[in-house]
Amino acid sequence: MRALLIGYGNPGRGDDALGPAFAEAIDALGVEGLKVEVDFQLNVEDAYDMKSYDLAIFADAAVKGAEPFFWREVQPVDTVSFSSHAASPEGVLALAKRLFDAKIRGFVMGIRGYEFDEFGAPLTPRAQENLRQAIAFMAARLRAGEGGLTAPA
Amino acid sequence: MPKTITINPVTRIEGHAKITLHAGDDGKIQKAFFHVNEFRGFEKFCEGRLYTEMPTITPRICGICPTSHSMASAKACDHIQRIQPTPTGILLRRLVQAGQMLSSHALSFFHLSSPDMLLGFDADPAKRNVLGLAEKDPALAIKGIRLRKIGQEVSERLTGKKIHVLGVVPGGMAFALSEADRVALLEQMPEALATCQAALGILKGYISANKKMVDTFAMFQTPYLGTVDKDGALDFYDGTLRWVNPDGSLLQDAQVWEYQKYIAERSMDFTYLKYPYFKPLGFDKGFYQVGTLGRVNVASHIRTPLAQKEFVEFRSLNGGKPVHGAFYHHYARLVEMLHAAEEVQRLLEDPRITGKDIQARGHRNGLEGIGHTEAPRGTLFHHYKVDETGALTKVNLLIATGQNNPAMNQAILEVAKQYVDGNKVTEGALNRVEHAIRCYDPCLSCSTHAYGRMPLDVELQGPGGEVLDHQVRG
Repeated sequence: MRALLIGYGNPGRGDDALGPAFAEAIDALGVEGLKVEVDFQLNVEDAYDMKSYDLAIFADAAVKGAEPFFWREVQPVDTVSFSSHAASPEGVLALAKRLFDAKIRGFVMGIRGYEFDEFGAPLTPRAQENLRQAIAFMAARLRAGEGGLTAPA
Repeated sequence: MPKTITINPVTRIEGHAKITLHAGDDGKIQKAFFHVNEFRGFEKFCEGRLYTEMPTITPRICGICPTSHSMASAKACDHIQRIQPTPTGILLRRLVQAGQMLSSHALSFFHLSSPDMLLGFDADPAKRNVLGLAEKDPALAIKGIRLRKIGQEVSERLTGKKIHVLGVVPGGMAFALSEADRVALLEQMPEALATCQAALGILKGYISANKKMVDTFAMFQTPYLGTVDKDGALDFYDGTLRWVNPDGSLLQDAQVWEYQKYIAERSMDFTYLKYPYFKPLGFDKGFYQVGTLGRVNVASHIRTPLAQKEFVEFRSLNGGKPVHGAFYHHYARLVEMLHAAEEVQRLLEDPRITGKDIQARGHRNGLEGIGHTEAPRGTLFHHYKVDETGALTKVNLLIATGQNNPAMNQAILEVAKQYVDGNKVTEGALNRVEHAIRCYDPCLSCSTHAYGRMPLDVELQGPGGEVLDHQVRG
């Protein structure tokens, strides 16, 4: 299985750094077949790379939702409206399938964050704990192989 | 009965913002305000840090144009050290700058603005986006994505990063360009040039078919600001600050270290984004436009042949004088996009581009440094003051979107007057108001984007604050 993990967020904006921090921690595990990328945000051109993978993991900070994190499969959504220069996981998957005939499943790792406004602020303690649990969850799934990654949360 | 219509936030632009429209008793829009919650903590955050850290830190301000911040920052550091980058260092900086311009303009046109044109302002909003474009014209959508990737690959191959440009440093660049990377980039330029020309063909066709709408869409005249080289040609990287009057006559030439002599800012009570203006004309008459239309209107010519041909055609729309109207930002953007592609190719064909003498070394020789560059959205200034240890004591960033803030407010007002009747905001009218802002492709200094944000909330309020109409999408 070829998998792509994109951790995105601004590492200089408090808990927005959760996505990059998660990606870097997973990258350090050196999992075979897993390509890890870090970016400020998800972009439409990320759809181009999807055709080379079987599975995509989108890791981002979540401003609301379950604590410490949520893990769920996302479906391509044709009707999603891109809200800014950045894209959404659903939209990127839809573009990848429509334009590049990508045969890929997508999952979101949404790690709950709390503070996003102060530039230069480190991860909040609660976000750090959420990150720790998210990494442990993902490491266990990666050890279990493809079946672990795609198993229900 | 006066009413207030609030659009919050604006979709498909960066950051968080809302629009309030105020209608009079006759239902006509009388005032328009673009509220921006700009993040202003960055300058304070930097104080006390070493100035040499700034080219690495400043790209974190924004995930949209990090190269420009890094570039303006490095140039401010050059100034503090009183050094000039090496010739190869300057060529590489120009290369990264042109690559960013290419990718940024490609995103703006293909993914943010062209759906409005190709699918129609009144099309189903669920389809009026890049996915709708992919459905209608997949080949064009792929071209747009490919062009964006090519532009980003310039910095990726040079610095190893797509977005976080870490290679721009005081005195030049930290990384040299390998011959293999030079060749790999050069091989993609014919495709990039063809896509730029195809985009221009599409836009010119649209304008030709919708000339009356385009000519009246947020039509108003202002002075313009951009950077030109010693011969008056468009220059993305460096040169003279030039303001021209609406009729094209020279208003002012200035060097970057004089910017405070000509630009002042005023705080407004409805937005955190200040109102910059050309100081000699005063606040009431001094607002000007930067960015694509600003640059193409102040330049006397463009140095690359294909873009020069398009430049002449563009300026012929107004007899060789500056072209006015917010919609023409799109046209100017595509002329620039073509120039950026040509510039990348020209630089890659320069044998000095793979030179190894990429950075001049220096140390602090002054207590103040000012750097500027042309970001995709317009002229960007970084101004630093340091103490004798090199620690920053004051940081001032004058961003392009801020300088276009008065023009964006004016554009919203003009479009709202034309398309909003004050009783109900139709989808088509709403999107035209938003499109007036998209013409400027603003970035609102907010690169926090965490999962779950960015709905569109539209609220119509009566004089007592009662909600008369409320729409949510996204």
